[in-house]
Formats: sequence, structure tokens, C-alpha cells
Amino acid sequence: MKTADSSNSLVAQVAAVSHHYGKVCALNNVTLDMPAGRMVGLIGPDGVGKSTLMGLIAGAKHLQTGHIEALGGDMSKKRHRADAGSRIAFMPQGLGRNLYHDLTIQENLDFFGKLFGQNKAERKARIARLTQATGLDGFMNRPAGKLSGGMKQKLGLCAALIHDPDFLLLDEPTTGVDPLSRSQFWDLIDTIRADRPQMSVLVSTAYMEEAARFEHLVAMNDGRILAVGSPEELLAQTGTETVGAAYVALLGGESASVSEPQEAPRAPPATEGEAQEPAIKARNLTKRFGDFTAVDSVSFEIAQGEIFGFLGSNGCGKTTTMKMLTGLTPATEGEAWIFGEPVDAQNLDSRRQVGFMSQSFSLYGELTVRENLLLHARLFHLGRKLTAERMAELVPRFGLEPYLDQGAASLPLGVRQRLSLAVAVIHAPSILILDEPTSGVDPQARDVFWDMLLELAHRDGVTIFISTHFMDEGMRCDRISLMHAGKVLVSDEPAALIAARGAETLEEAFIAYMLDASSPSETEQSQSPETAEGGHLLGRNGADQESATAPRFSLQRMFAFTTREAMQVRRDPVRLVFSFVGSALLLLIMSFGISQEVRNIPFAAFDQDRSPESRAYLSGFDDSEWFLKRSSISSIEELERRLKSSELALAIQIPPDFGRSLRRGETTEIAAMIDGADSSRADTVESYVTGAHAYILGVDTQSTLALADLTLSRTPDEPSPAQLIPRYHYNPAMESLPSIGPSIPPLLLLLFPAILMAVSVAREKEIGTITNFYVTPTSRAEFLIGKQLVYIVITLLNFVILTALLVTVLGVPLKGSPLALVLGALIYAVAATGYGLIVSMIAKTQVTAVFAAAILSVMPTLQFSGMITPVSSLEGVARIVGTFWPTTWYMAVSVGTFTKGLGLSELSGSLWRLAAFGPVLTGLAVLALRKQEK
Amino acid sequence: MKRLANIFWLAGKELKSVLGDPVMVVLILWSFVIAVILEASGAGDTVYNAAIAILDEDNSTLSHQVVSALGSPWFQPPVLISPDQVAPEMDAGRIMFVLSFPPGFEADVIAGLMPAAQLEVDATAVSQAQLGTDYIASILSSETRAFLSGSSQAPESAVRLELRRAFNPNGDPVWFKAVSSLLNQLSLLTIALTGAAMLREREQGTIEHLMVMPLTPLEIALSKVLANVVVVLGAFTLSLVFVVQQILQVPVVGSVPLLLAGTTIYLAAAAAIGMFLGTMARSMAQFALLVIMVIIPIIMLSGGMSAIESQPDVIQRLTLALPSRHFLAFAKAVVFRGAGPDTVWFELSMMAGLGMAFFAASLALFRRSMSLSG
Repeated sequence: MKTADSSNSLVAQVAAVSHHYGKVCALNNVTLDMPAGRMVGLIGPDGVGKSTLMGLIAGAKHLQTGHIEALGGDMSKKRHRADAGSRIAFMPQGLGRNLYHDLTIQENLDFFGKLFGQNKAERKARIARLTQATGLDGFMNRPAGKLSGGMKQKLGLCAALIHDPDFLLLDEPTTGVDPLSRSQFWDLIDTIRADRPQMSVLVSTAYMEEAARFEHLVAMNDGRILAVGSPEELLAQTGTETVGAAYVALLGGESASVSEPQEAPRAPPATEGEAQEPAIKARNLTKRFGDFTAVDSVSFEIAQGEIFGFLGSNGCGKTTTMKMLTGLTPATEGEAWIFGEPVDAQNLDSRRQVGFMSQSFSLYGELTVRENLLLHARLFHLGRKLTAERMAELVPRFGLEPYLDQGAASLPLGVRQRLSLAVAVIHAPSILILDEPTSGVDPQARDVFWDMLLELAHRDGVTIFISTHFMDEGMRCDRISLMHAGKVLVSDEPAALIAARGAETLEEAFIAYMLDASSPSETEQSQSPETAEGGHLLGRNGADQESATAPRFSLQRMFAFTTREAMQVRRDPVRLVFSFVGSALLLLIMSFGISQEVRNIPFAAFDQDRSPESRAYLSGFDDSEWFLKRSSISSIEELERRLKSSELALAIQIPPDFGRSLRRGETTEIAAMIDGADSSRADTVESYVTGAHAYILGVDTQSTLALADLTLSRTPDEPSPAQLIPRYHYNPAMESLPSIGPSIPPLLLLLFPAILMAVSVAREKEIGTITNFYVTPTSRAEFLIGKQLVYIVITLLNFVILTALLVTVLGVPLKGSPLALVLGALIYAVAATGYGLIVSMIAKTQVTAVFAAAILSVMPTLQFSGMITPVSSLEGVARIVGTFWPTTWYMAVSVGTFTKGLGLSELSGSLWRLAAFGPVLTGLAVLALRKQEK
Repeated sequence: MKRLANIFWLAGKELKSVLGDPVMVVLILWSFVIAVILEASGAGDTVYNAAIAILDEDNSTLSHQVVSALGSPWFQPPVLISPDQVAPEMDAGRIMFVLSFPPGFEADVIAGLMPAAQLEVDATAVSQAQLGTDYIASILSSETRAFLSGSSQAPESAVRLELRRAFNPNGDPVWFKAVSSLLNQLSLLTIALTGAAMLREREQGTIEHLMVMPLTPLEIALSKVLANVVVVLGAFTLSLVFVVQQILQVPVVGSVPLLLAGTTIYLAAAAAIGMFLGTMARSMAQFALLVIMVIIPIIMLSGGMSAIESQPDVIQRLTLALPSRHFLAFAKAVVFRGAGPDTVWFELSMMAGLGMAFFAASLALFRRSMSLSG
């Protein structure tokens, strides 16, 4: 405790670090020393490089240029990262971003404990301590996804603290959290630090008010460090009174407008508009999702030209209320009116009066600024002239000129929000509904944005309904409603609310209202830190941890991933049902549907002779089950026409003098015209015709009904001087089902597991839980194989289902070695999931993973793995693809055991080859996986 | 008019987003160039290039003559094997046929004893087994006759059978494979692209943005169908001209405008299926599984992999509901048989009807999903 307190020791040193994402520069030559045992605050709005810097220090991101030392080692060294991993805790930005939303609090914490090699008893003790301290202990079985924002962040903190880290990095832990939970969160951090003073904390925030709590501040903007020092030093340096003002001053901007938001001109719309219809009116709006009430009987009226604000944390029902007003989602109960008209989703005209800006950026990133504006102008049918006018007015007003031809996706956040607003007002609506338009925008840009709103409301008389979680923005509204947990706590003018509670700030007033409204179970949270006084919050000795440096590969960690994945799969059974039921259905349809027995070939005769001989000849075709007789043909044109229309697959043409020639002993000729469009079918038809012809003429010695006996006695064709006795192996009855049936599971057991596997990894990348892999001592193999095991088991279950169907419903007996089949399925499952892993390495998003897994694997699996065409008949590239595709070898095992009745020894060749795929594919994926984010 | 303009502008946006994504462009190129070439030239499902082995215990002039007659394109060059190799080679699937001549085969033929040659057939692939056996039987028979008559040709039968193939005189399997492979790519890509476009709009929240504008679900849905049809049709046309006609040398007998018109109808139908799946799925993973469940029957049961007539009646009736089955019949007729609108009207109207049915279903689902969203 004593040594760590000495402020001259450093927990991290950053030297000349720059970081680029493509062309965008996130960090520009940053150099920074971070004192140990202190609470260091990184302040600045979104997109200035705070998260990048924290990711780099935590070792979650790959260092591009520069040098970082943390906890006494070089963070670009893999070895040091692996060691430091067990002493660092990193909580990424975004509410519960590194948590597993379908798992409960207990399961989440258990998982994190396992990652750090804690045994069951130790985990139990630690989890109990942490959840008690944070007040989560009453909700242990609630899934993380169903927690409020504040509780999610507390859970995130528990997860970060489970291994007694020496260095705790919290990236915007309170953004989007309600004010009460926010203050509780910081109290909690203080308690923890008092308990464990040697721990260093690096925290970032976009709320300038919070920055005053930190001991040491680092102000950042645009990838650079603006200033470093204690809050007092910064205030003194800039001559300002609040950290927010100091920050704006450091930016070199005009600080006046931020520090005095209340002074914006406010026209009193209520007085002049008394006789007017309210612009928006809501009465008892309620929305329930199942047993969860998102919005609970909310009522309000908004006058025309008024700015009305909804203040509240994420998930308190703001968005849902707005969606009900726009007709995007129907209200469970209650009604709403816009200009006196009930909200009706079907009424297109009423939509013209409303401009809506949704919470997530909902413009098209692939279009430029100009294209986005034009698209919306066109969709509102403004006409060429009006469009040009509006563009000419809005583009300069929202400061969009420099960006006109830039893609919207690449704009800075502040500019994007301005563009969104411009798009929302392009058709000059009389009502604007804005859902958290400024979240993540820097104070200066927010200021500019608000000036625009005020101008719209007060100059153009636009009614604005806005939601926000920033208190200073609430102050700028004409009237606000404080929302919490689906309920409106109170509605009034901001100043009146503050006065009513005798508070100094809106935040204090809000907290006071919330404490009044909170249920006892929630207030319990705030008392918790004290109750933990007796037993200490954290384990005392960090030295224990260091000595127990984790081994490179740990089965416990691997199985931690396996159990977690298995739990997640169980919580979302739809995918499983899809793949089990889907593959069973496909097996049935395919096995019955694909038949290689060509029969009922439609044929017609063009008999130009009409003699007994010609009729005798044709009767040979009529009797055959292979051919299906259609009405005879009377002209050569008809023959061509009917072949062309595909009514006929075969036409037999008998010349006029057929009978006479035969009787005279002359040679004559019969023409068979075959539809050759489908060449494989034509081959079959051709062989049938040849066979029938030979049969009729008695060439075939087995023939009994020979045409020769009837009319051709004078020139009997001699029987063949040699016979061919075919022996059909494996499938003597030449039935289609026994040969097709066993060839279907190999393709289903590849496609479904590969997709599930690929999506599972891509999903972690997309939603951010992969950070847990980056910042913990987990090795690449532990992470991938741990997850893979689950899908191997799923594949095997699928295999059992398909095999059972094949044997019972389809009646295909398993003639060969069951052991060989099961063994084959097992190693095939490794290969199929290994392929999925490879795909997920290429894919960054779930979409690409889906496309790559599905499109790239369908063709080789269906065409080149011996299902229809034996691989021995393939040529060229197809043969190579077939040879290096796992399905080929499992096909050999499946068909071998079912149809050919082979045993383990006969199939050992295929099994060995198959066995190579899984380890090779999985190994490649492990090598390709990065332990750090780029 | 306003409606049409809306669809037009929205479709323009869709086009930009598909073509602006390099992954999609690469995927489209892969499907319509490499995949088509690979599939068309790689495999034929007849006895084409079948692996055959000879167990020659006679080692005579006649046996050699028969063996030399077994050749390309049906069989790979025959290999000689010993009796103990027969079972393992066939078990491993390396050899499909083993033709064995008993000792004294030639002598018995000369003596008129009608000796028998044995043919071991791997009957797991039924149609190849059947066809190959027929070929070998006829080769054996004609070669023995030729041997006996001392000439290189078999003696003439009283009735000669002249086999003629309409529409593909040489029976080149690449022709049909190219067309059926195009169908596979068309279906897979259109369904996946349209469905993903739908799902992405929902996942990114831009759908809400559209829904608060004066746009109807019909317009939004139609614009997606339109844009994806345009993209795939463009790729299809290029693939038809450069890959199918130029590289693979497949002649198109019928009218190309008619072919393109029919393709457009089919694409609209496929896009409607994609929309349906994209609206039904809750996540990309579910969508992928749905696509697989739909695309496998489309590829395997539309007549490209096995003839429609061979399917059991129940399945034949089911596949009537697959637009792809009608498209393949249509494309075959136009490309190879030069059929005009008078012969393919049935297929065209079936595709159009099914397309509209799927579209109506997905629109209803889309409307419902919009009103349930939140």
C-alpha cells in the first residue's frame, strides 16, 4: 500500500504512439506517463482516440507505431502480454459489451472466474463478495441482457475485478447510464480503491461533470493530448470554472455557449398557442413485450413550436415511446394524436408532417452526403425546384458544404448527426422527433446542434420532441419529462423541477425523484458498499496472482468457453431446431426426390410404313416400362415441333418401305431422334433405345419375344458370339434409394455445422465479446477449440438423427461397420467445424460469414464430392477440388458402410484422409486468429 | 407515378449499396465466372470418364481388341489389375467397372461356345452403372463379331438403328451443365442477396427510417426486388455472352431477348423467395440456415441433377412449386431447342404466378413484422 502510493512510480508509459484505421488517424504521436495507484481520467468526446488508446494500453489492440509499457513490461511483446493479462482488467465501451447477454449474472461471473484459473470454491467466494458489494446478489439468475444499464455496468465491473487486477481500465463506464446509477457506480469505485489502494485505474468519460472526481486528467482531442494535470490545475490553466468549460477552452473554441446553456433565447410558445391544437398528445401510452412493460402509461401534451425533452437512461422507454408516436410500433394500450389526428401507421400523408431521427445512425453509409439528401428529397416528392431550394438552404445552414461528396459512413460523428438532422427536416416537417440525436457527440458539436434546434423551433415554429441522457441538454428544453423504468416521474420546465426539489442542478433533482420512485430492491444497491465493510471487497494480496502465472494452454479455460457456448446455444434453441429439423426434412425430400432411374420416357412413332412389320417393331417399345407412348406422328414437321416443345423425348421414324425391304432381305434403317438438350438423360435414352432395338431384333439371346420370330425369319440376326455377365456389387437390385440416401448426410453434416460455427465466431467479433479473449490470458487454441467442441457435439447429434431416419424411415440398412461410420462422423464433424472456423477468420461480420460459408461450400459439396458423379470420373480442377474437400472422404465412409457393407479396415484409407482435414483446418484457423484487435 | 418514382429512387440506393461492397462484387464474379466454368466443365453425370480396370486372364488378340475399343469419352484409359486388387480398388471407389476375361475366352469364341466375360460393377451410382454396363455389352458384342468376321467392322444387321440427337448432336455434356449451373448461381445469389438486403436494413435500423417516410411496404419490397434483379440479370447476361458462349462454346439457338425476358421473370420470383426468407429470419445465422434449406432442393430437384420424370409423383407435384424447375425447362427449350414464346408460355406463366405468390406472401409477412417490431 505504501509503495504503490508513491506517485513517481508509473503504471503505464506511452511513447510516440500513433494509430490508423485505414486512412483515418485515431492517435497521432501520443506520449503519456500514467502514475500508478491513482485514478486517471481520460476526457474528451467520442472519436478522439480515447478507446483506441485504452485498447492499446490494455493490449487488446495491436500496436502500430510507438512504444507502450504497462505493468513494467513491453506491451508489444507477446510474452509480457500473456503475463500481464492476468493483472489487467479491461471493460470496453458500450453497455455490457463484453458480457454475454443470454447468460445470467452468476453464469457470466463464473465464466470470467474460470478464465483466470480459479477453482470452484474460490470463484464462489469471490462472486459472493463482489455481488454483495455491488448489490447484484439479489439478481443472480437474471440474464445480463435484461439488466438495466446501471446494473450491466456493475456486472461489467464485477467481471473486471474477479481476478484482483493491478490495473483497471474502464472505457466510458457510465455513458448512457441514469444519474442515480452513475453516482452509485463512482461511489463503488471509490470504495474499491480505498480497499485496494495499490490498484491503478484508468477511466474515460464523455461526461465532463464526472471528470472533477478524478485525481489526474488527460484531455484528448482529435488523436492528440491537449493537456495533462489534476482538475484544479486544468481549471487554473484555462481560467474556467468547470471541467467542461476548461475542455472547450483547451480546444480553443468559444466556451461561453456551453457554460451558459440556459441563456439561449426562449420564446414562450405556450402563451401564444393557447387556442391551438397540441402538436403531439399522448394519453396512457403503454407498451408491453411479453411480461416486460417497456412503457407504462405515459401521458403528455406538446404545444406547437415547443421543445419537449425526455430525459432518462438507456432502456427506460424513451425510444419505445417515440416509436409509438411515429407509428413504427403499435401501442399495447393508450392513444396518441398528432395535430389532433390519431397516429395511424397506414396514413402516408401524416408522415409528411413528421421528421424522425432514430437513435442509431440510420442514413445510408454507402451514399454520399448529397445522395442521402437527394434520396430523401425525392422520396418526399419535393420536385426539382423545391429540392434545389431546400438543398441550397440546408447545406450551408448545417455546415455540410465541405462534405457534400463524401460517403456518409466516413463522416465524423458530429457531422453525421447534422446530416441526419438535415435529412429529417428536408421536407420542412412541422414536427421533429429526435431520439438521442447527440449521444456520443462532442460538447462543441452538441452546442452547434442545439443552436440549430433552437432556431428551428423558435424561428420556424417546428415542434421538437427530443430524448437525451445529457442533463445540460435537458436544461435547454422548454419542458422536460424525467423518465425512469418505463414511467414518467415528473414533467415540467427544467428550472421548476430543480426548484421543486430544492436542488442545485437538474442531475440532483433527477436523482431525488428517482430515489422517491425506486423500488426497495433497487435502493438496496446503494447501501451495499457499506455492508461489505467487514469482509474486504477484494482479495488482499496481488502477489498470489503473480506467482500463479497461467500456463500457456489450460483445459479449464478451454472448457470455460465450451460450457459458455453450450449454454448460449441452449438459450437460443431456434438455430438448433432449424438445423436438426431442416436437415431431417432435407434428407427425406432428397432421398425420395433424387432418382437415377429414368423411366416413362415419352416417345411417339412416325410410322411411314404402317405394315405388320413396323407395328411389330414398335410394339417392342410399347411394352417396355421405360417408354411411355404418346399419339403417333404424321409428318416430319410435327415430329420436330413435338420434340421442340419437349412433349417428346424420343421419336422413332420408320421408313415407308420398311416391311417390304425386310421381306426382300434388304437392309433397312430406323431413325431414333432423341432430345439431346439434357445430355445425361439423352445418354440414358440412347442406351435404352439401343437395348430395345437389340431386344426386338433378337440379338439379345435372352429375348423371348423377338421380332425375328414373327416376320424377320429370313434374316435372323445371329446371337452375339460372346456374352457379358454383369455383377452389380453393393446394390444388386439397382435401387436408387440405398445409394442416394447415405450420400445426403455427408452434405448436410458439412453445410449446417460450418455455418453455425462460422456465425458463432463472427458474432463474437461483431458484438464485441471477443474482447474477453483479447484481454484475458486465453490462448487462441483455447478460444477456438473450446467453442468448436460444442458444434462438434451438435454435429454428432445431427448425425444420430439422420442415421436413425435413414435406417428406420428410409429403410436403408447399415450393412458395414457401425464403428467405422461413427468414427467417420466424429472426425468429419471436426473437419466441418474446422471449415467453419476458417471461414470465420476471413469474415469480419456475420453477413460475410454467412455468404462465405454458404456460397463457397455448396458447389464443391453438391457437385464434386461424389454424390452424383463418382469422384473417380471427375476431371481437371473439379477433381482437385473434390480430392481436397472433406465431404468426398466422408461420402466414401457413409456410402461404404451403408451401401457397400465395408468394415473398418477397408475404409481406413478414407478415414485417414478425412482425419487430416479437421486438425489442418482448425490449426490454420488458430494460426490465423489474432490475439489482438487491429 | 409517385409510387413508381419512389421505387425507382429506392432501387438506385440498393444498387449502389450492392455494387459498393467489394465482397459482394467478388462473390458475384466468383459465382458467374469461376463457379459456372468449374461446374460445367468438371463433371458430367453420365458414364463419362468412368474408371475401368481389366482383369485379363486370356491375354489374347480378342481381349486386347475389346480393351482398345473401350475409350474416351466414356471411359478413362483402362488399367490392368490382378485378381486380388479387385475388391480393395472397388471398395475404395477408385474403380467403377472391372471387366474380366476368363482363360481361353478367344478360343471359346472361335469354337462358337459363346463364353462369358464377367463385369464387376460398382452399383452405388445407379445410372452410371446401368449405362456403363450397356456400353460395355455393346462394345463386347460388336468387337467379337468384328473379330469373327475378320474385318474391322461388325457385320451389318438387317435393320440398322440410326441414333440422332436433336439440339446437341454430339451429346456434349458441357452444354446442359452450363445452363443448369447458371440456374444454380442465379438462384443462390438472388435469394441470398435480396434476403440479406432485407435483413441488413432491419438489423441496422434503417428500415424504421424508411417506415416513417411516406413509403409503403410494397414500394420498399419492390425496390429491393428490382435492384437485385438488375444486378443479377446484368451478371447473368455477361456470363451468358462471355462465359457460356465464348469460353464454354455453348451455342444459343433460340432468341436471346426471350431468354433474358424469362430470366427476368425467374429472378423476380427468386428475389421474392429471398425477401420471404429475409423477413422470416431473425438473425443472419437463421437466414443462412433457411437459405441452405431452400437452395439445396432448388439445385437438386429442378431437373439439373436428375430428370424430373424420374422423381416419384409426390415429389414431382411438390417441385411444381419450384420456380427453378420451370426456369430450367424454359431455358433448356430456348437455348437448345430454339423454342419461341408459343412453346414456353406455360413455364413463363408458372414462374410469374409463383413469383407473385411468393411476393404476396413475403409482403404480408413484411407488413406483419413491421407492425410487430419494437
